[in-house]
Amino acid sequence: MDAYAPILVLGLLAAGFAVFSVTLTTFTGPKRYNRAKVDAYECGIEPTPQPMGGGRFPVKYYLTAMMFIIFDIEIVFLYPWAVAFDQLPLFVFLAMMLFLFNLTVPYVYEWRRGGLDWD
Amino acid sequence: MNPEVMTAPSIDYIALLPYIIVGAAGVIGVIVEAFVGRNGRRPIQLVLAFGSLIGAFGVLVVNRTTLGLQAEGAIAIDGPGILFMGLILLLAILVALLMSERQLDPAGDAFAPRASALPGSDDERELTTRGYFQTEIWPLFLFSVFGMMLFVTASNLLVLFIALEIMSLPLYLMAGMSRRRRLLSQEAALKYFILGAFSSAFLLFGIALLYGYSGSVEFSVIADALAAEPGQTALVVGGVALLSVGLLFKIGAVPFHAWVPDVYQGSPAPVTAFMAAAVKVTAFGALLRVMYVALGGVRWEWEPLLWIIAGLTMLFGSVVAIAQTDMKRMIAYSSIAQAGFILIGVSTATAEGLYASIFYLVAYGFTTIGIFAIIAMVRDAGGEMTRLDQWAGLGKRSPLVAVSFGIFMFALASFPLTSGFIAKFLVFESALAVDNLGLVIVGVIASVMAAFFYIRVVVIMFFREPVEGSPAAAVPSATTTLALAVSAAVTVILGVLPEPVINLIEQAGVFLR
Amino acid sequence: MIGNGAVVLSEGAPSLEPLAAATGVFAYLWLLIALPLLGAAVLLVGGRRTNRWGPYLGVLTVSLAAVFAIVLVVSLLGLPADDRAVGQTLFEWVFVGGFTVPAALQLDQLSMVFVLLITIVGALIHVYSLGYMEDDPDRRKFFGFLNLFIAAMLLLVLADNYLLLYVGWEGVGLASYLLIGFWQFKPSAAAAAKKAFIMNRVGDVGLSLAIMLIFITFGTVTFDSVFAAAGEANESTLTWIGLLLLLAACGKSAQFPLQAWLLDAMEGPTPVSALIHAATMVTAGVYLIVRSNPIYDGTAFALTTVVIIGIITMFLGAIIGSAKDDIKKSLAGSTMSQIGYMVMAAGLGPIGYVFAIFHLLTHGVFKANLFLGAGSVIHGMHGEQEMRRYGALRSVMVITWITFMCGYLAIIGIPPFSGFFSKDDIIHAAFEQNIIIGICGVLAAGITGFYMTRMVIMTFFGKPRWPDDAHPHESKPVMTIPLIILGIGSVVTGAALLYWGNIESWLEPVTGIEEKPLAIPTIVLEGITLLIVLIGVSIAIARYRREVPVLAPKGNLLTVAARNSLYDDAINEALVVKPTYVLSDGSIFVDERIIDGTVEGSARLVGGLGARLRRLQSGFARSYALLMVGGAVMVLVILYLARLP
Repeated sequence: MDAYAPILVLGLLAAGFAVFSVTLTTFTGPKRYNRAKVDAYECGIEPTPQPMGGGRFPVKYYLTAMMFIIFDIEIVFLYPWAVAFDQLPLFVFLAMMLFLFNLTVPYVYEWRRGGLDWD
Repeated sequence: MNPEVMTAPSIDYIALLPYIIVGAAGVIGVIVEAFVGRNGRRPIQLVLAFGSLIGAFGVLVVNRTTLGLQAEGAIAIDGPGILFMGLILLLAILVALLMSERQLDPAGDAFAPRASALPGSDDERELTTRGYFQTEIWPLFLFSVFGMMLFVTASNLLVLFIALEIMSLPLYLMAGMSRRRRLLSQEAALKYFILGAFSSAFLLFGIALLYGYSGSVEFSVIADALAAEPGQTALVVGGVALLSVGLLFKIGAVPFHAWVPDVYQGSPAPVTAFMAAAVKVTAFGALLRVMYVALGGVRWEWEPLLWIIAGLTMLFGSVVAIAQTDMKRMIAYSSIAQAGFILIGVSTATAEGLYASIFYLVAYGFTTIGIFAIIAMVRDAGGEMTRLDQWAGLGKRSPLVAVSFGIFMFALASFPLTSGFIAKFLVFESALAVDNLGLVIVGVIASVMAAFFYIRVVVIMFFREPVEGSPAAAVPSATTTLALAVSAAVTVILGVLPEPVINLIEQAGVFLR
Repeated sequence: MIGNGAVVLSEGAPSLEPLAAATGVFAYLWLLIALPLLGAAVLLVGGRRTNRWGPYLGVLTVSLAAVFAIVLVVSLLGLPADDRAVGQTLFEWVFVGGFTVPAALQLDQLSMVFVLLITIVGALIHVYSLGYMEDDPDRRKFFGFLNLFIAAMLLLVLADNYLLLYVGWEGVGLASYLLIGFWQFKPSAAAAAKKAFIMNRVGDVGLSLAIMLIFITFGTVTFDSVFAAAGEANESTLTWIGLLLLLAACGKSAQFPLQAWLLDAMEGPTPVSALIHAATMVTAGVYLIVRSNPIYDGTAFALTTVVIIGIITMFLGAIIGSAKDDIKKSLAGSTMSQIGYMVMAAGLGPIGYVFAIFHLLTHGVFKANLFLGAGSVIHGMHGEQEMRRYGALRSVMVITWITFMCGYLAIIGIPPFSGFFSKDDIIHAAFEQNIIIGICGVLAAGITGFYMTRMVIMTFFGKPRWPDDAHPHESKPVMTIPLIILGIGSVVTGAALLYWGNIESWLEPVTGIEEKPLAIPTIVLEGITLLIVLIGVSIAIARYRREVPVLAPKGNLLTVAARNSLYDDAINEALVVKPTYVLSDGSIFVDERIIDGTVEGSARLVGGLGARLRRLQSGFARSYALLMVGGAVMVLVILYLARLP
């Protein structure tokens, strides 16, 4: 357990700081409300308007998001592989090719079945 | 720098051929979906599915003597592993027969033409009237079977987890594909997914803790670590507990059963058959391997746990099933209760318990397929008629179907000369061999309570006058008939002449590590 | 490492001399079961094609079995007394971990008398049914079920181990269930069938647990090995086994507290009541106890319990039989009471085993006679079962009347009718054991005299009370001939078995026998018993000699209670059914309302996916997940506790 003690202490410190600062600002900070202030992001960009009562996002949005995640994760594997490429046996090259092939299959499926057409 | 930081692992592709066949067929199935026109897909998918399942089974039979750890110890192809894979493949073939049924529903098969269409929307109606069918379910099905085969032979916690996901993700989708009662089906899929993901998290956390304890994810290393160094209570207890939760969820043991009735009720009947039969077999296969191989060294700790869970599961499942009015829900609770009985065998931690559990799974698996084959047949224009009172008088209108269903009910009620009797006998006997009389008494009491609702179904079918509008069973095509005949035959044969199967199971021996 | 470990099972019981292998005519022992089974298969699988000739096939198979049984008994008589047990292994049935249960048959003196009773009475009842069920559209199915019953019952008594006996035990239960519910258009019949099945399952818990306990104690379930080792087992184990077997016997033989189903079982066709619920199946409990006599010999406590249960049921049945106005229910009460006699006798130990079986055999014959007689009356009265609507039937149904009187005189125990010998032997044995048991036996005999006389007077004597449109008539020869044969049987079976068949020494190798001296001479005891019976008869004559009202008078408290079968339904309802449903509903409430938050089917009421999904997200899946977390905590706690010691 000893090894975890510093982490615990760090966690306590962080939590303490967070509670402290949030509490402090509520008492000391100026309170001037305007439209930008009550927005979700406080940066001027309006969030995508959501219909009241739980409307539905177009499913294409999720398709694109998933596609992004798949290729994003692909990179995680490809990067170390590419760095150590010259030290790896042929087996690893073939394995990576198989991996890429398997990733391509659903991509092709999505493309052929119209998942990439926005409208 | 070293010229090579790693050497290629030695992989025996012949031994792994059954996995490769099924997995590759799934991938090819996706490609078919992408490139083949709408009308050409179904025949190709059917050929792929049946071809790969039968092919994999054949290879498995040919390979049955090549036992050993494969893929650097990640996969253990041993006697029980081969038995489990064989059983899964056989059950999958029967399920595939049910899935290819196209005669029962006047609109086509049991699956929604496009599961993503809004229930009751114009879209959906149009797709139905244009006679669209979806064939994506076939590759999903093959992936799931692939995951199952991997799951029961995983000898490494990471492979175990990956296999679990490969098996489960397609199932979540398949649960939502019912053509009728779309809302119920989608609800089932969503619930199954959310809770399944939740249980995966437990499993993964358990894996992490056990890794933290032993420094490895391999079953054999964990077993050695547990044997060598019994300290570290928190990590071991936490790891074993969370790992068990993840596995017990898939089994549907109380208190991790909540999803079972909803999902069984909402899913299309062939998919429910798949979940009730094959998933249960798979989950038990994995549970047995994890408990016996990796955690065998701390069996004194998980045995009492499994006793309690088994007792709760049997009693709860049996008691609640009594008051059910929906056939699918009743069978769902019954399957919970049955899981409890199998857990008795698992909890013995002996070879006898292993054999008894496997035999029980064989018996239960085939019976379950038969039950859902018939549930799919009893229907009217709106879909399956699952209210119990709608089954009144089925014995008059469709005697053959009702008699088969009666056989399955009697088997689940462990009536002598059916497979259920022998199975229960073996399980109880294995528990008695380790002097666990208490659990057996609970089991016998639960099985008597269970008999009540199984018999009630028989009473309703044979001793009630048919009510207005209760239909005869629809006439299925040859595929469903074949699956039904096989299930009924196995149910009876295993009750009268169980010895060859028992011998086969005993010859398979125990798990490799 | 348990993955590789295997538990070594016990090596099995001490090796025994195997039973004499079945040779000669005994090699065909399996035919006994195979014949009726074949009949059942042909009739039930053959479907409508066999409608025309099917019933005759059913009669033929059972008759052949009866003939074969007679051949077997003659061959058995030809063997020396010690070798009259043969075994035949059909195939290895269950085999696991060095533990084998063969599907093997055993024919010994005890099984033999049962086989004779089952096949001969069975054959007669089959013939009778040809007439009784003549107009029933499902006649073929009826005979199929009857054949199935005969096969299962033969398996029960021929099994050489407890597991196979269990198969027969469940088989007769199934056949009984199918036959009670045979007239399924009557809701009461379906309910009765279910009730019988469920109550029998409660008894079956006893049998399955007893088999399990026998298996752990002795490492085998074969009769021979178990009985050989029974002497060495410790007494508390034997007591438990004995009590569990008694529970099983109570279920099958309608003994207190599992007696309620038998009265309802009268919903089945009358031949069924005669064969299954009077002559054979309900006596299976007595068979089980007598067969397991080496186990009971080691446990005085279990034996005493058997006696007490027997006595309670004996009076319970007699009281119910005295008040019921339905002729079949009254007879059913009588059956309960008579089986109570047998169970009591079996509980006496070696003094009583033989007489339990002796009474079982004579009862099997005369009760079948009485039931078939009642069936003939019911048939002649177009289905009317109320005795208050009978009366003076002796003039229109002469044969039925005379044969019924034979059965009547046999059951109340008038010499030289068969019941006299068997009942007196039991009473005699009871006095040898304990004077109180003996007095109970005599009293019950008196009540038997009362209710049977009441039945006979209400049915055959007095003034006719049937409605004008009823035209009572004698039944056809196909029904009266079995009646006549059984009537003769009611007269002679007792004396024949006792003096000619020498039942005591015949059964002795299986059951053992023991005699104690008795203070009073036998003849005095017989005299007293007869006197008490005659008092019962006189009371009945005095009460029912005069006009019998068509509508039952209100009656006193006991009569009302007895008419309601002593409120057994209400008691069962309150003690078993209600709590089960409360438990089940409670569990469902927890499972579906609280956790699910929805009632089944509400999905269809709520329109629109959005609404449904919102509800879904507002908590149901979440509460499932909460349950899982709770479960995970439970798992952690259990594991942690398991680690503590």
